[in-house]
Amino acid sequence: MALYEHLLIARQDISAQAVDALAQHLKTIVEGEGGKVEKQEYWGLRGLAYRIKKNRKGHYVLLNINAPAKAVIELERQLKINEDVLRYLTVKVEAFEVSSKSRRDDRSDAKPEGETVKEETAQ
Amino acid sequence: MSFGGHSGGGERRDRGDREGGHGGAGGQRRPFFRRKKTCPFSGANAPKIDYKDVKLLQRFISERGKIVPSRITAVSASKQRLLAKAIKRARFMALLPYVIE
Repeated sequence: MALYEHLLIARQDISAQAVDALAQHLKTIVEGEGGKVEKQEYWGLRGLAYRIKKNRKGHYVLLNINAPAKAVIELERQLKINEDVLRYLTVKVEAFEVSSKSRRDDRSDAKPEGETVKEETAQ
Repeated sequence: MSFGGHSGGGERRDRGDREGGHGGAGGQRRPFFRRKKTCPFSGANAPKIDYKDVKLLQRFISERGKIVPSRITAVSASKQRLLAKAIKRARFMALLPYVIE
């Protein structure tokens, strides 16, 4: 069993309930192959950086999956068929991050950029 | 002729740099004094490079949407490889644009 982070974008026209149903459907696929969905995160309807199949927005869903490779192959096969899914990305990870949501949203602690400070000694 | 001129200029610049370094150590700063930059992803409590962290990645792309070279951002070579991969993943998932027009 390996750990995978799976992020997918669903079409903007479908409802949040439909996205949830889709996520549930994916969960059953993974469980059918002997895997487990450790966490499911719905990011909501986010604006896309560019248009994909005429969509300007998309529902983002993140799944943390602990499953054998076979389950991922089956999952991706199903997603290729599903027309509601615009994009998906599966990344193998060593460990799941603790809370990706808080990290992503409140990242205001970013240090000020190293400005081109020219130090001059006024003596 | 131009070759000779160029090589001469390079030599002169070289010498100037060395002089500057020496002067800085001695206390007298040159106008071109360059502060030593360190990799923003190395050391304690450095942020982890992740393709989902758009705010972090945004600091390493140019206004046009290109990946900023590490010689400007001072990211270490190994971290720059990870960073480039993360930016490319974020672009694929429409979290970052491929090009800003």
